Amino acid sequence: MEKYIPKYIQGATGDWEVVIGLEIHAQVASEAKLFSGSSTKFGADPNTHVSFVCSAMPGMLPVINEECIRQAVRTGLAMGCEIHLRSVFDRKNYFYADLPQGYQISQFKDPIVGEGEIIVDLEDGTTKTIGVERLHLEQDAGKSMHDQHPTQTYVDLNRSGVALMEIVSKPDMRSAEEAGAYFRKIRTLVRYAGTCDGNMDQGSMRADVNVSVRRPGAELGIRSETKNVNSVRFMMQVIEFETRRQIDLLEDGGEVFQETRQFDPASGTTSSLRSKEEAHDYRYFPDPDLLPLEFTQEFVDDLAKALPELPDAKRNRLINDLGVSAYNAAVLVAEKESADYFESLLDSLAHKTGKAKEELAKQAANWVIGDLFGALKKTGKSISESPVSLKDGAELLALQIDGTISGRIAKDVFEIMLDTGKNPELIVEEKGLKQVSDTGAIDAIIDEVIADNQDKLVQYRGGKDKLFGFFVGQVMKKTQGKANPQVVNQLLKPKLDG
Amino acid sequence: MTDLTKLTLAEARDGLAKGDFTSRELTQQHLAAMEKGRELNSFIVETTDIALDMADKADEMIKAGRGTGMTGIPIAVKDLFCTRDIHSCAASHILDGFKPKYESTVTANLWQDGAVMLGKTNMDEFAMGSSNETSYYGPVNNPWRATKQDGRLSENNYVPGGSSGGSVAAVAGHLALAATGSDTGGSIRQPAAFTGLVGLKPTYGRCSRWGMIAFASSLDQAGPITKTVRDAAIMMESMASYDDKDSTSVNRNVPNYEHALTGDIRGMKIGIPKEYRMDGMPQEIEKLWQQGIEWMKAAGAEIIDISLPHTKYALPTYYIVAPAEASSNLARYDGVKYGLRVEGNGLSGMYKNTRAAGFGDEVKRRILIGTYVLSAGYYDAYYLKAQKIRTLIAQDFAKAYEKVDVILTPTAPSPAFAMGEKSNDPIAMYLNDIFTVPASLAGLPAISVPAGLSADALPLGLQLIGRAFDEETMLRAAHVLEHAADYTAQPKIWWGEK
Amino acid sequence: MSVDKKTVAKIADLARIAVREDELDPLAAELNNILGWIEQLSEVNTDGVAPMTSVVEVALPWREDKVTDGGYRDEILANAPDSAHGFFTVPKVIE
Repeated sequence: MEKYIPKYIQGATGDWEVVIGLEIHAQVASEAKLFSGSSTKFGADPNTHVSFVCSAMPGMLPVINEECIRQAVRTGLAMGCEIHLRSVFDRKNYFYADLPQGYQISQFKDPIVGEGEIIVDLEDGTTKTIGVERLHLEQDAGKSMHDQHPTQTYVDLNRSGVALMEIVSKPDMRSAEEAGAYFRKIRTLVRYAGTCDGNMDQGSMRADVNVSVRRPGAELGIRSETKNVNSVRFMMQVIEFETRRQIDLLEDGGEVFQETRQFDPASGTTSSLRSKEEAHDYRYFPDPDLLPLEFTQEFVDDLAKALPELPDAKRNRLINDLGVSAYNAAVLVAEKESADYFESLLDSLAHKTGKAKEELAKQAANWVIGDLFGALKKTGKSISESPVSLKDGAELLALQIDGTISGRIAKDVFEIMLDTGKNPELIVEEKGLKQVSDTGAIDAIIDEVIADNQDKLVQYRGGKDKLFGFFVGQVMKKTQGKANPQVVNQLLKPKLDG
Repeated sequence: MTDLTKLTLAEARDGLAKGDFTSRELTQQHLAAMEKGRELNSFIVETTDIALDMADKADEMIKAGRGTGMTGIPIAVKDLFCTRDIHSCAASHILDGFKPKYESTVTANLWQDGAVMLGKTNMDEFAMGSSNETSYYGPVNNPWRATKQDGRLSENNYVPGGSSGGSVAAVAGHLALAATGSDTGGSIRQPAAFTGLVGLKPTYGRCSRWGMIAFASSLDQAGPITKTVRDAAIMMESMASYDDKDSTSVNRNVPNYEHALTGDIRGMKIGIPKEYRMDGMPQEIEKLWQQGIEWMKAAGAEIIDISLPHTKYALPTYYIVAPAEASSNLARYDGVKYGLRVEGNGLSGMYKNTRAAGFGDEVKRRILIGTYVLSAGYYDAYYLKAQKIRTLIAQDFAKAYEKVDVILTPTAPSPAFAMGEKSNDPIAMYLNDIFTVPASLAGLPAISVPAGLSADALPLGLQLIGRAFDEETMLRAAHVLEHAADYTAQPKIWWGEK
Repeated sequence: MSVDKKTVAKIADLARIAVREDELDPLAAELNNILGWIEQLSEVNTDGVAPMTSVVEVALPWREDKVTDGGYRDEILANAPDSAHGFFTVPKVIE
């Protein structure tokens, strides 16, 4: 690994360093809400996934959903964090239209998950370790819609009370790229662990982005917090914009204020959130409707044991045990679906060919990343929507490996599979694409080619070695590419040499 | 026909079982008494039709041999309990018109057992008060008035105590056979003492809080207000249950409390805490307490002097914890989901105007105190400190219960006082709960038993505090105390006879 | 610790209760009276004492992850001072 090099930004008055911290809100994958039995399903009619509890009717009380506890612990384990066997739910008190209780149940002083570390890969081939401060469970708010009526805001409480994991990083990131890599890594981890679907379009993951700048080595500067950024691209824009804004401010002799800002995707800029009040005073205190959350180490150990293989471990296994290149392994593990597709394909291929996985992995990885991903990219589809089924993909590779078709032909067959959705064996059969390895047939064709090209033969024998390729090409042409190139080579050489 | 309103709950139960009268007859007589007793202002809503309907169903239950202790018993329900489709407003303007679409667990238990609802009783707004003068529906008048030295009844109205003032007035005035109350710092026991009734606050967690409009979550407990200890035992059994909708509910079997009333307390160890002998305590209270000790001794109990050293700090501790929780619990009354809305400048203006108009002075006072003690910079000095002292208070009791089975104290430091006498001095008002608050802070069961009359012929009560979840021993002692006191006084009827 | 007019205005704002200017002084006096009385707690030594988290000695109950509630919008909106098209409505919030 190459050594991590700090990144500085050149200003008019010298170098600056940007310091970034992220608070990621990840919606817990669960059927029901954190403290009530209503559904978490996205996209329902307004206020239909709402109970008396999530609408804060008088006398209603919270009861915790055990799966949300498990999911938080799994996520903490996946991030390599310390798990707290005792944590406390606090009330965060503030008024807002989509906060029916007038407080959010969250965890303030004693979160369920403590510190950990995440290693991210950077584009220059270096890696960086980014600290996780904590993860805590909390309730989501409802949704306010401001554009439905000229004088009214409409409030939908379907999301009210859905469980969120707030994952707070340490201020360890020093560039938009690092922040992006960290966010993607967390997304990969929660998706592997199955604790959050990572669906950014539906708001399942979003981040509050804290940015400050300082002179290299100086104390931390004053930070701004940009709320609810819901894509990696936007997050990186926020960081670029905030870095520039703050450096410009400071270099002009101005001052950065600790404030909450919002991002405008249309202009790619941030602006201060209009707020008449001074700093919030959330008056946190332990929720008297709930007792402290306690579980045993055994409970944690059982969840750890049942956790699926995580991306770092999987990548190492692909490289070290299966011989996949480091680059390909990184690409394959980045999305759980890709890794799953690859592994299933490899299983199926090993079964079909009777060969060991390590003999097949490299070729399979090349095909998935080169051919399949290329095709998906062209059609804008994700791996789960792949037009080529696992079974057909494995069959195609198997045909190539057992010599039934050549690599060249395989590419043609793949194109046909994409167009028609047909099974590769059928295509090979129908189009007569089977590779010819029969030496007798190839011999005859070679003889024909030599007979037709006596002049070239003379030149070849006169020392023009390069013409060997010409003869191979002619033979392949005559067989419509079906001749086994190795067999052609073997037979052609002695005949040309005489 | 005899006056059925003068029966105890146990007598009515037995009469119903024997077929001496029907629940409809019993209910009708109480409805008539309610109509005559409107001057007491004990009911906010009379549910006449529902009562008769429930009575008929109860009569069928009894006929079918499915009667329980509460079947056919007409009771009053404190307005703090949510009752489906029936006014449930905690006597606050801010819940104007609120008719919940759900039934509190405690009342659902009572209806399940066949109890009959007469109506919703008046109370201090959100149960905040000790005199029932803070209700939006006006003060409740105590059926009792002081008897002047010339033997004539005072012309002044007296307070019934609070916050369950409407419930006690209804039972003491024989408008209901029994009533539900709720007790946060003494709201069942102090008004019971002021009206010559039995008021039982069970162990925290014994009755579900689900559907009971919250004042201070860590203290609120429902309990019965009845004419006798036996009645309290019968009603308690029906109200108590484990409820998986309340995370602080305790999963224990509900015993047959009536079986605990053996009349035998020989060898029972009764603790007398020296710290309850407060400076300036009226002579007659002191005397009654001494008398109580003598009665218990005569019944064969062993009297043991104990010390509860942090007693004097209980009340100020309570006035941090309860307002802090209330300030958060009452944040949901914001003009959005139910109740009053007063428009204003934007959302924030609407909130402020709604809450200014909807809450009365005492509620506002407590919300402001609670907001202040939780606010940044003061949390440790007030709230955290109070919760630590609460631990010390609970430890005092735990230590005492190593030596004793129950603790005997006065219920209140004075008899009922005249309307308006203390309403301008919050602290003087708070001091009413000086003897009831410690058990609330420790979550212990406690009961007030009528034990005598003051110089002005107003009722006085003694309090027994039990071990957590040992209501049975406490009830056994209370039953013996009740018999020894042989309390038979009844208020002279001054209402409804103009 | 004593509260002044400004503090009362601040906490009233936090609690979203409109308070008229002429109510601030009397309220400050009332709150100071109560806070002064509460002040006696400072004489209690609480070093090393754990704050009370719950008076009942039971474990937090856990609920199964099943959809058991919701789906009754009419009942949710039944008591709303104002609603439209299945939403609660509030005066427009300008962001």
